[in-house]
Amino acid sequence: MTDTPAPRHIPDRLDEPLSSAIFSWEALLVVIAIAIFIVNSFASPYFLDPWSLSDLTFNFTEKGLIALAMALLIISGEIDLSVAAIVALASTMMGMAVQVGAGTPVLVAIGIAVGLGCGAFNGLLVTRLGLPSIVVTIGTMSLFRGIAFIILGDQAYKGYPESFAFFGQGYVWWVFSFELALFLVAAVIYWFVLHRTSFGRRVFAIGNNPVACQFSGVRVDRIKFILFCLTGLMSGIASVLITSRLGSTRPSIAQGYELEAITMVVLGGVSILGGAGSILGVVLAAFIMGLVTFGLGLLNVPGIVMSIFIGLLLIIVIALPIVWRRLREGRFA
Amino acid sequence: MKSFLKYRELWLLAGIVVLIGLISTRFPGFADPANLRQVFNDTSILMILALGQMVVILTRSIDLSMASNLCFTGMVVAMLNAAHPAIPIPVLIVIALLIGLVLGAINGLLVWRLNIPSIVVTLGTLTIYRGATFVVSGGAWVNADQMSPDFINFQRAALLGLPVLSWIAIIVISLFFLVMTRTQIGRSIYAIGVNPTASVYAGIDVGRTKFIVFCISGMIGGLAGYLWISRYVIASVEVANGYELNIIAACVIGGISIAGGIGSVGGAVLGALFLGIISNALPVINISPFWQMAISGSAIILAVVLNARGERRQGRIILRKAEAA
Repeated sequence: MTDTPAPRHIPDRLDEPLSSAIFSWEALLVVIAIAIFIVNSFASPYFLDPWSLSDLTFNFTEKGLIALAMALLIISGEIDLSVAAIVALASTMMGMAVQVGAGTPVLVAIGIAVGLGCGAFNGLLVTRLGLPSIVVTIGTMSLFRGIAFIILGDQAYKGYPESFAFFGQGYVWWVFSFELALFLVAAVIYWFVLHRTSFGRRVFAIGNNPVACQFSGVRVDRIKFILFCLTGLMSGIASVLITSRLGSTRPSIAQGYELEAITMVVLGGVSILGGAGSILGVVLAAFIMGLVTFGLGLLNVPGIVMSIFIGLLLIIVIALPIVWRRLREGRFA
Repeated sequence: MKSFLKYRELWLLAGIVVLIGLISTRFPGFADPANLRQVFNDTSILMILALGQMVVILTRSIDLSMASNLCFTGMVVAMLNAAHPAIPIPVLIVIALLIGLVLGAINGLLVWRLNIPSIVVTLGTLTIYRGATFVVSGGAWVNADQMSPDFINFQRAALLGLPVLSWIAIIVISLFFLVMTRTQIGRSIYAIGVNPTASVYAGIDVGRTKFIVFCISGMIGGLAGYLWISRYVIASVEVANGYELNIIAACVIGGISIAGGIGSVGGAVLGALFLGIISNALPVINISPFWQMAISGSAIILAVVLNARGERRQGRIILRKAEAA
């Protein structure tokens, strides 16, 4: 969407010299995260309590899980705006299953299967019919959440079994919640897949030049289809977590999560044009967004005002390196 | 290409006629001229917004911040009216246009000067503008009883058989039609969408034109802000939350290609009307309004599938893919 397509580099080199690691995007994010952490701990005496810090993680784990898969999708040059709607639909289906007496394992299976199914539907529309993903997923976003609204209307599903509450409310060890553990495990898996496997290299390659990939024997459509399925799958998992945490389902559940997940991905240094990015950046961005929201929450700043900070953070973090480079080159404006 | 575009709009128009026919079999009064006028009036704001979004999409950009801009401007105008009821409505409209222009110019500058992708910029300003609404209002609502009677009744006044709101929509549609088909800037907008590189060689300032389209969509957002608040007579932080995607949906149904360069004023208007008819018809034919979302979602998917076929016939998709790479 820029006027002159800038020459693309593949930044994900296997042997990075130390200097470039210090001035990398991830380093910038770490500095920002530490700064916010210090400001928060001065601003509120409650911040440095281990349980507070543990509560903090609930702010981003669900969206972060979606953001991991979304990062791969955006690196490959596609996007999925329907993730929050998938969460709503999966949650609605789990709620329906509860009404006929399904147990916890069945509920989890349903949540994940619905997510996977919705992702596959998006993937089929994009790869089989060759449609632009941004429009397709705006459509399926209305469709998926619309189905949730048709089923639920202004009602809510409740009565989830006790054992189901573990996923969103349980703790693995001391202050480490199941959600956080799952997020960290998923982050490691996604890091490995993206940065240490040939599949990951293909994802970068597709984002940089899909046509060349096609001619090099990469099954572009199949990889994109898998990425859409993964994004749906992660949305299904996020749906299990959020439904378990809230203990009820409304059709408006997870409203606006798609934009927050995309903000995490972009803040994490993934190029919205595709072809560049790292999982470490996305994980750091997830922590930063959690820190900002939680720190401001301790100071009684309303959620809507926090969103200003998130929005400003997004634009400033993207703009700063550009302004900095231009100033150094002395050709600003 | 022009005849093909006309063909597509006729096609959409035929779809709308069939839709109205189908609804009439369930509710005979729907096709009444009086009712259709009502539908047009109800859809006016969406049509105006879709036109503002259209010029942005034509240049291969996107403006996700329009609904937040609408919310912010509407709130400021409503608070102004509540505090100073003496300010005449035309002045308030000018103020709304100016506020919208400033918000749009911020988007435009970031896209133009810093070359940040528009989806990132407007994703940021989407949350910033709505947050700013909370800051200026302190979270309070402006209710109907705080607004002056003029503020509420201006758009409802009948003029030659139509409410002023409909006339505003007609004027905006006409202006857009003139600009897009009869002026240099209109042709530049299309040119950039079809081929930005060639546009540069043709002497078009791509960055500046993008700045201008964001100014246009900003002004439209501001205008719609006043119209929305005075129509639904409540200003709050929640106004038009998530509406940015409805606006884009209207454009997509209207045949405007998200890849830029393809689309017309008629298409945007018809796309908005299509959504407006569905939302008006569901209650009268006894379908729960909860169906609306799924129906418009299906309509979007169907529209994209059909549009993609049309575009492929021109062999443009391949070109664009090679270019993007």
